[in-house]
Amino acid sequence: MGKLNNQQVVQSLTSRFGERISVPSEPFGLLTFETTAENIHEVLRFLKEDGDLRFNYLTDITGIHFPDQALSIGVVYHLHSLQNNVRVRIKVFIDGDNPVIPTATTLWEGANWMERETYDFFGIIFEGHPNLVRILNVDEMTVFPMRREYPLEDPNRVDKKDYFFGR
Amino acid sequence: MINQPILTDSDPQKETITLNLGPTHPATHGVFQNVLEMDGERIVSGVSTIGYIHRAFEKIAEHRPFYQITPLTDRMNYCSSPINNMGWHMTVEKLLNIETPKRVDYLRVIVMELARISDHLICNGILGVDTGAFSGFLYLMEEREHIYEIYEEICGARLTTNIGRIGGFERDFNDIAFAKIRKFLEKFPPILKEFETLFNRNRIFIERTSGVAAVDPEVALNYSWSGPILRATGVDYDVRVNEPYSSYQDFDFDIPVGTTGDVYDRFIVRNEEMWQSLRIIQQALDKLEKEPKGIFHADVPEFYLPPKEEVYNNMEALIYHFKIVMGEIETPKTEVYHAVEGGNGELGFYLVNDGGRSPYRLHFRRPSFINYQMYAPMSAGMLLSDAIINMSSLNVIAGELDA
Repeated sequence: MGKLNNQQVVQSLTSRFGERISVPSEPFGLLTFETTAENIHEVLRFLKEDGDLRFNYLTDITGIHFPDQALSIGVVYHLHSLQNNVRVRIKVFIDGDNPVIPTATTLWEGANWMERETYDFFGIIFEGHPNLVRILNVDEMTVFPMRREYPLEDPNRVDKKDYFFGR
Repeated sequence: MINQPILTDSDPQKETITLNLGPTHPATHGVFQNVLEMDGERIVSGVSTIGYIHRAFEKIAEHRPFYQITPLTDRMNYCSSPINNMGWHMTVEKLLNIETPKRVDYLRVIVMELARISDHLICNGILGVDTGAFSGFLYLMEEREHIYEIYEEICGARLTTNIGRIGGFERDFNDIAFAKIRKFLEKFPPILKEFETLFNRNRIFIERTSGVAAVDPEVALNYSWSGPILRATGVDYDVRVNEPYSSYQDFDFDIPVGTTGDVYDRFIVRNEEMWQSLRIIQQALDKLEKEPKGIFHADVPEFYLPPKEEVYNNMEALIYHFKIVMGEIETPKTEVYHAVEGGNGELGFYLVNDGGRSPYRLHFRRPSFINYQMYAPMSAGMLLSDAIINMSSLNVIAGELDA
């Protein structure tokens, strides 16, 4: 364990992708960089299949919504190289009106439910996903509840008006 | 598959039976639904339906200050809630660069390992019930009761513990708590030994579990498995060793691994982990002897709620109390991922902070959710009774699955 450090990961990534990935940062020691939806599949494949890096473990996929940004929807991948014990975080920002990104299920079977969950809450379309339907919410739901514009409670509720509480 | 006609149950051409296993079925131990196509007693295919107890924790967390998120984490894996609580506290401490004293780390280790034992007790006990041996379960439940009594002494609660605070604990362990931990360390090993004698070499149990739902390490990694079920396949990945938190690097313990990844191996791995947990608790108690007494939280008045009597009598404490409760504390604008080894795998917290009162985004990497997705694909071709014990040995907790 610990044969690889973040510097080496950055080196092999920049020599392979150059300008196609952003300048990496290291919040709390976890290597973080951004790329685009066109490149994400290639980046993930490279990280997974490169003989030295071997990021063979997909820890997590999740989404994030920044309504004020031009590219408002973010997809966040956490990968883990178990042999080298190094983690990496990749972020991809896409258009909020048309959030489409290639699926990672072709690389990891485990991405299936993670992407379904992300679709369920953020409405991100993972192109090529075998079964992209809602997973935790009810099928009849029309909104993507983790987007910032949706309030925690239903604003149409009549039993929680301010005047009931003297406000 | 697409060209096949969809047949209703009454259609004479249909050869399989559609069986709804769950959502409330005594053999599934939680709210799990699987719609299975059965050919006699054998499963042809299955679809898992989850989300029955989804409570939108991630959305709620975006509206709550950090210390109010702890009770949400309780309700994920409620078989080992202290690990969730402390995992969350450590995430916030990482974000705020809080260094906890060694004594706090060791106290946390004791509670987390007790929680791991109680989690594994449930899983292995239930596995016995599902294979037809009820007595082991009843025998172990009494021991879980003793663990809950220790929690009760430390934090006042038993199941949803809400244990500790950001920076440490809300109060020091009292002498009764230490006495109960020591008593547990003394009384529990012979009982666990007896439990192992009952099962480990039991021919009925071995024939029932050995070779059932065997998983290759490559497949397990491909499905992002973690925890005891991954280690049962032979991959020695444990967050406690790979990225030690809460001073786990100070302890001497082994990571038990299996070879075939079947139900029997998972059972053995969990049993062995309980022995290792007992070793860790014993070491932690020894290390506590050398630490200065009376330290149970880090010195961070900006984040650690002051004692109530000080709030009413001391100006500074009142100000801090007000600021903490109203969320007027400066926090760094950054993101952090912290993982702990939960009862059934890598429990991760991905926290994006914008400096506000509550997290901008909080995502829980829930091991049950990720481990469970292989259940329906791997059930194809299995006998129904094998699928039931497979589910028990995956130790999927509905609260964590649905968050």
